[in-house]
Amino acid sequence: MNDAVAIYDVRQEAFVPASEAGPAPKRIVVAYGFWIFLLSDIIMFSALFAAYAVLVRNTAGGPSGAQLFNQVSVALETACLLVSSYTCGLMSLAVASRERAAVYVRALATFVLGAAFLALELREFANMIAQGATPQRSAFLSAFFALVGCHGLHVTAGLIWLAVMMAQIAVRGFRATVQRRLWCFALFWHALDIIWVGLFTVVYLMGVAS
Amino acid sequence: MNLLGKLDWSAVPFDQPIIMGAGGGVVLIIGAILGWVVLKGYVPYLWREWITSVDHKRIGVMYLVLALIMLLRGFSDAIMMRSQQAIAAGGAQGYLPPEHYDQIFSAHGTIMIFFVAMPLIIGLMNFAVPLQLGIRDVAFPTLNSVSLWLTASGILLINVSLVVGEFARTGWMAYPPLSELQFSPGVGVDYYLWSLQIAGVGTLLTGINFVTTILKTRAPGMGYMRMPVFCWTALGSSLSIVAVFPVLTATLAMLLLDRYLGFHFFTIDAGGNPMMYVNLFWVWGHPEVYILVLPAFGVFSEVAATFSGKPLFGYRSMVAATMAICVLSMLVWLHHFFTMGASANVNAFFGMMSMIIGVPTGVKIFNWMFTMYGGRVRFSVPILWLIGFMVTFVLGGLTGVLLAVPAVDWTVHNSLFLVAHFHHVIIPGVVFGCFAGYTYWFPKAFGFKLDEAWGRRAFWCWFIGFHLAFMPLYVVGLMGMTRRLQHYDVLAWQPWLLVAEAGAVIILAGIVCQIMQFVVSIRNREALRDVTGDPWNGLTLEWSTASPPPAWNFAFQPHVSARDAFWFEKKLAPLKKGQAAEPRKYEPIETPKSTPIGFVNAFFAVVFGFAAIWHIWWMAAFGILGAFAALLVFAFRDVEEVEIPAETIAQFDRAHPLEVAL
Amino acid sequence: MRYLARAVLFISAAALGGCSEGVLDPKGPVAAAERLIMLNSTGIMLAIVVPTILATLGMAYWFRASNLRARYMPEFDYSGRLEMLVWSIPIMTILLTGGVAWLSSYDLDPPKPLASVVKPIRIQVVSLDWKWLFIYPDEGVASVNHLTVPVGTPISFELTSAGVMNSFFVPQLAGQIYTMAGMVTRLHLQADHTGTYRGMSSNYSGAGFSDMVFNVDAVPAEKFAGWVAATRTAGPVLDAQAYADLVKPSQAVAPYTYRAVATGLFSGITKLEFVSTDSTDPSPHSDSSPHTHHAAQRADQ
Repeated sequence: MNDAVAIYDVRQEAFVPASEAGPAPKRIVVAYGFWIFLLSDIIMFSALFAAYAVLVRNTAGGPSGAQLFNQVSVALETACLLVSSYTCGLMSLAVASRERAAVYVRALATFVLGAAFLALELREFANMIAQGATPQRSAFLSAFFALVGCHGLHVTAGLIWLAVMMAQIAVRGFRATVQRRLWCFALFWHALDIIWVGLFTVVYLMGVAS
Repeated sequence: MNLLGKLDWSAVPFDQPIIMGAGGGVVLIIGAILGWVVLKGYVPYLWREWITSVDHKRIGVMYLVLALIMLLRGFSDAIMMRSQQAIAAGGAQGYLPPEHYDQIFSAHGTIMIFFVAMPLIIGLMNFAVPLQLGIRDVAFPTLNSVSLWLTASGILLINVSLVVGEFARTGWMAYPPLSELQFSPGVGVDYYLWSLQIAGVGTLLTGINFVTTILKTRAPGMGYMRMPVFCWTALGSSLSIVAVFPVLTATLAMLLLDRYLGFHFFTIDAGGNPMMYVNLFWVWGHPEVYILVLPAFGVFSEVAATFSGKPLFGYRSMVAATMAICVLSMLVWLHHFFTMGASANVNAFFGMMSMIIGVPTGVKIFNWMFTMYGGRVRFSVPILWLIGFMVTFVLGGLTGVLLAVPAVDWTVHNSLFLVAHFHHVIIPGVVFGCFAGYTYWFPKAFGFKLDEAWGRRAFWCWFIGFHLAFMPLYVVGLMGMTRRLQHYDVLAWQPWLLVAEAGAVIILAGIVCQIMQFVVSIRNREALRDVTGDPWNGLTLEWSTASPPPAWNFAFQPHVSARDAFWFEKKLAPLKKGQAAEPRKYEPIETPKSTPIGFVNAFFAVVFGFAAIWHIWWMAAFGILGAFAALLVFAFRDVEEVEIPAETIAQFDRAHPLEVAL
Repeated sequence: MRYLARAVLFISAAALGGCSEGVLDPKGPVAAAERLIMLNSTGIMLAIVVPTILATLGMAYWFRASNLRARYMPEFDYSGRLEMLVWSIPIMTILLTGGVAWLSSYDLDPPKPLASVVKPIRIQVVSLDWKWLFIYPDEGVASVNHLTVPVGTPISFELTSAGVMNSFFVPQLAGQIYTMAGMVTRLHLQADHTGTYRGMSSNYSGAGFSDMVFNVDAVPAEKFAGWVAATRTAGPVLDAQAYADLVKPSQAVAPYTYRAVATGLFSGITKLEFVSTDSTDPSPHSDSSPHTHHAAQRADQ
């Protein structure tokens, strides 16, 4: 059944469903595409989560999560990341109202908190390695380092991105491209937070409970 | 410190004449082509119009060129394998020692899936989808260019493995523990891994691009149920790409971590789990084959409708079937390893699911049949490919349903029966579909049709050759011949393998016919010229443009009011003839600026990949930093769009008057 | 027509040529059951596929543009009744074949013992690079690249690998099953006729893969007893040292036997006690973690 021609009636504005409204504005298209990318990234993490779940008990006679994890450190890392999401949100508000100084300050706060997260995590890794709990020790440790490390790599990439975006604001101001990229950065940063919530639940909380 | 990592002159296999001959030949040909291009002064044109282009039409053509060139390499591997098996019977060892033969079958599978089939369908999607959707380009044109060139990077790396180092000797799936460092200490598996990781990023970005394009940027009036079926299949394929390529990325990354940093994901010792690789790989691997075949089905739908002179039968069914295939393809992956000892519950479930996925595919076959019913079928080359596909694919599907029965699979898994089955669906499905696709859209892309006679010869050679090459494989598979054998002791298999070899030679003749078709068509292009833009009396919007379309596709944004939008407009046109067409005012059009970022990024990706393979760490760092620097330069560019003046657009339209203006 | 003739030719050729020495020539109950399922499923599917092929060719031919007798119906793009038919034919076919698939997955589940009054013979299989080791734990002997089994007796296999994945396959007796290091898979089969049957690895495992071929001699029960007795009198002993030598890569190994087998050898192999690890790996060889014991059970049920 082919759809019939719409009879033009100039008096009545035809209701146009969203699917027939034509191409969406660029900022929506960009955010949508980036969101699809984020979903794909979450799927990549899911594969690493699945590997972790399969390998979590394969400690090969070595240490298990319960013996290794420092819950205080993890709590601090979580706090850093969650607060950095908050400051990132504040930064997005400042971008929307184009307040340059506020943007820089809040971006700096986000950066510092993110860097603090990384520093804590690296210290945690260093401690584990010093104890002989290297990723080469067992499949469990391989999966742990890969999963948590992948998240850490994403955070690092985010920090680099944030720095570049601040440079972009300095050089190019708040033009449309820059705003769209900042919007994508914010989505990225919040998504990393969501993944972290999953991470610390599955790895740290469940790892210690078992 | 060794500046060149593991690389030294022993990496080049000077003592292997076949490789040296092949490699030397390729280098000479490439050198000759490059030399000709430079001397004729084509470099600025190529750089400006193709290499830095972000136009989906150009990118689509480049994907197809890459794919067809790699088809030659993949096919060379195939015919070498067939020849080896045709003679290595009884005590004979053939002409390819295991060290070489094992690389050839690994390269054959890897190249055909990743560097022939994927670029073929992505190229067709690139070219046709924006035109069919009535828009000017994909959602992210620059990202599109990045994707193309990353695919080219993967291709370059896998071809370099021929002459510098070696390729994997693990089969195209690279199962551990065989692919772990302990059993594959050379660089072969690393070439495989990096080549696929780099190309995989490109593919994922393509998936994101097309999902966004199809869902968010269609022409006004083009609701979901007014979209051409090819766009629906492109959507299904792209959604699947987004859903499963990340799993491949993660899986290959885990194997890389095992090989490079001594991790234990899939090792035998320290708690590693090789079975997990098999599961993860096929979670990607099964949807992958549907990623490949869905756009081919889409092409067949377009071809069936166009060359029957009537709209596709059962549009809603086709859409439902496409989306069902998309979802179901994620629920069947275990059928690739029924023999690995899972419980009866698990085997039974996956067996059932694998059968269920045959239903929507069967529905499509019937719908194409009923499209021809009541039509006026013109036997042009594309529809030959369609009919050849329909009568062949259903038999391949039959063997697929057989393999979906675990008890049957246990008797033929990994045999040549299996090899025959998957070629029996991929070749008629993906390969014939893409051949039909490029024949169908060639006039739109280049302004002239392809020669019919050579096209017909190519079809018959492929059709006959395919059957001769693969039907005997079912027989030897049932006789107990397993796959990937470099030699065998059962003389009774040899006659069948000789027939298969003959089939491969006939397919070679088909490929020669296709090359001839290009040569002859280019020579006779004036006689084959498409002046109307609608050489096939098509139904969809791409046929409403000139051949080739201008960079901006449509001077005025089309407003769509029905499915098969162009067919609909053509039916309305006689009614509108009396009305004076309102003269429309041309507006300038903003288009994305060409940029070298795709090419430059890919260059650094190759540098990084090669360095990682050979453990040249300073070079790897250089590759990463170079890519990052290039990205920064791109991010800070001042001008992102170019405005095409209204007068240019008007001039083009005056020079290319069309019968039906949208 | 040309296509049809060719198809008939090939199918009949296949029926003749593929009939001997393969999956279509079973010599035991498991393989026979599997062949029956294959033929039944093929028949069910062909009933749909052949008419589809003929209909496709028929439609294309009748509705060719030059045929002025055919009715041109450009508006015919939907029919509710045809849709019902088009969906129900594949669904019904799949229900039939699906039922076959479902039931046979349970009936012929490899770990399921065969119903028999005869006491089963146990054989433990280890795939190595690039040969097969067969241990007869109850008889206390072992052989390489050759199997001797008594006719009419169920054989119960436990399989593992010394390294990479292989697949134990004797087409005329049963379906195949993978062998994986650190795990034990199970298979049951029986030879109902005396004869020599070809066995192989059907999962590519490296350079010597093509030579991982072995013969299975199905002999009458008394001859089997005689074989066991003779094997116990001559040949080397399969102890840890002999096994370590066997693990070293070799190709095209001629069949031979061991007159005795060290106790617990197979168990140790499945626990990865003999796997050579990378030099960088710090874990000691005799480390048998709880996991591998788990894994040894995993493929069981």
